[in-house]
Amino acid sequence: MEKLINIARGLLESGKVKTIIGYVEGPTGRIRAAFIRKPEECSKLLINQNCIQNLAVYLLKPEIREFGRPAVIANIATQRSVLQLAQECQIADGEIDVIGFYAGNTIVEFKNFTEIEQRLKEVKLELTSDDAKLIEKINAMDTKQKWQFWVDEFSRCIKCYACRSSCPMCYCSRCLCDCNQPQILSAPSHLLGNLEWHITRAMHLAGRCVACGDCGRACPVGIPLHILTMKIAEDVLKNFGKRAGTTLVKEYALSSFKNDDREDFIK
Amino acid sequence: MSDFEPKIIAFVCNWCTYTGADLTGTSRIKYASNVRILRFPCTGRIDFMYIVKAFAQGADGVIVSGCHPGDCHYTSGNFHARRRWIVFKSFMDFLGIETERVHFAWVSAAEGAKWAETVNSVNQKIRELGPYKSFKNLVNVGVS
Repeated sequence: MEKLINIARGLLESGKVKTIIGYVEGPTGRIRAAFIRKPEECSKLLINQNCIQNLAVYLLKPEIREFGRPAVIANIATQRSVLQLAQECQIADGEIDVIGFYAGNTIVEFKNFTEIEQRLKEVKLELTSDDAKLIEKINAMDTKQKWQFWVDEFSRCIKCYACRSSCPMCYCSRCLCDCNQPQILSAPSHLLGNLEWHITRAMHLAGRCVACGDCGRACPVGIPLHILTMKIAEDVLKNFGKRAGTTLVKEYALSSFKNDDREDFIK
Repeated sequence: MSDFEPKIIAFVCNWCTYTGADLTGTSRIKYASNVRILRFPCTGRIDFMYIVKAFAQGADGVIVSGCHPGDCHYTSGNFHARRRWIVFKSFMDFLGIETERVHFAWVSAAEGAKWAETVNSVNQKIRELGPYKSFKNLVNVGVS
């Protein structure tokens, strides 16, 4: 912890970095994101096993960018998001500082994105057992049960778009669901529109989701919608051998192809 | 279900399947009139939401068809579409959308007979499956 605080303080004092995006303890004891802009406030920063939010979500928000050059305290999901954002040309190497941490509170100050890429090769990136189990459970259902399961879940959706706001990959300045000429997705939180929204969200994250699970945690009505994107991420890995946020090579799974991609379902 | 007439929406590419369907007509091959053909510049242009929208608007079946791999007018549109369909088909299945109602095909401009056969077989299959009630019912949820 001391090491983290010292690194953060050093970065702010040198003037290289204007904001540290990190974790602090909120008034009720919950871990929350904070934007530290003064060296003396760095002592509030902490890391522990509850620091699970993907802080990469703040990197592209205009109000955060206004603060100036950020340094982000990055768990594994955040590191993956940073790589994915770099791959999608949203942040350039050297534009931000990344301070990574791992289980056991190992702290690494990355010099560049290539280091993150190298480091991630040594990390296990499988889904958590809870998520994998839920996907398996739904896979085992028949079509009617699956449909009923999702209808029940989506009927509770209030279209608050917290899933979109919490996702580092949902950075479009104008989302498809905000377009009303033509109105592609129906706006009210009606079951049909909810279904359309969740299909669109998941498909637009196909091959880009880093499986941090923040969308599911952000959902105020507790829809397990993170497994939608995780399921697609698993499919992309299975079929195309690509895992989002593990490489800086600019080759997006759904805008590249191989001549021998599977086509057993096309008659 | 003798009085059930399936509504089938076909999303086809301009260069192969649409021309192929033209050939079916000029060859005077008869096929089921239940299909509504929508022409797109390329299979790469066929968004996954079109399939969802078709069902929401009352379609019972959907055909998505374009050029064979390697024949795309724009070189690679159908390769990209193929990847998207691999992902989306599995995703539809995960959501419980009846994927047997969505038929993917490659029909070239020379395969007029194959087009007729595709439409007829899909038509037959949808007749057996009946109307896609579970999706159509969504529209009326909460409407009294």
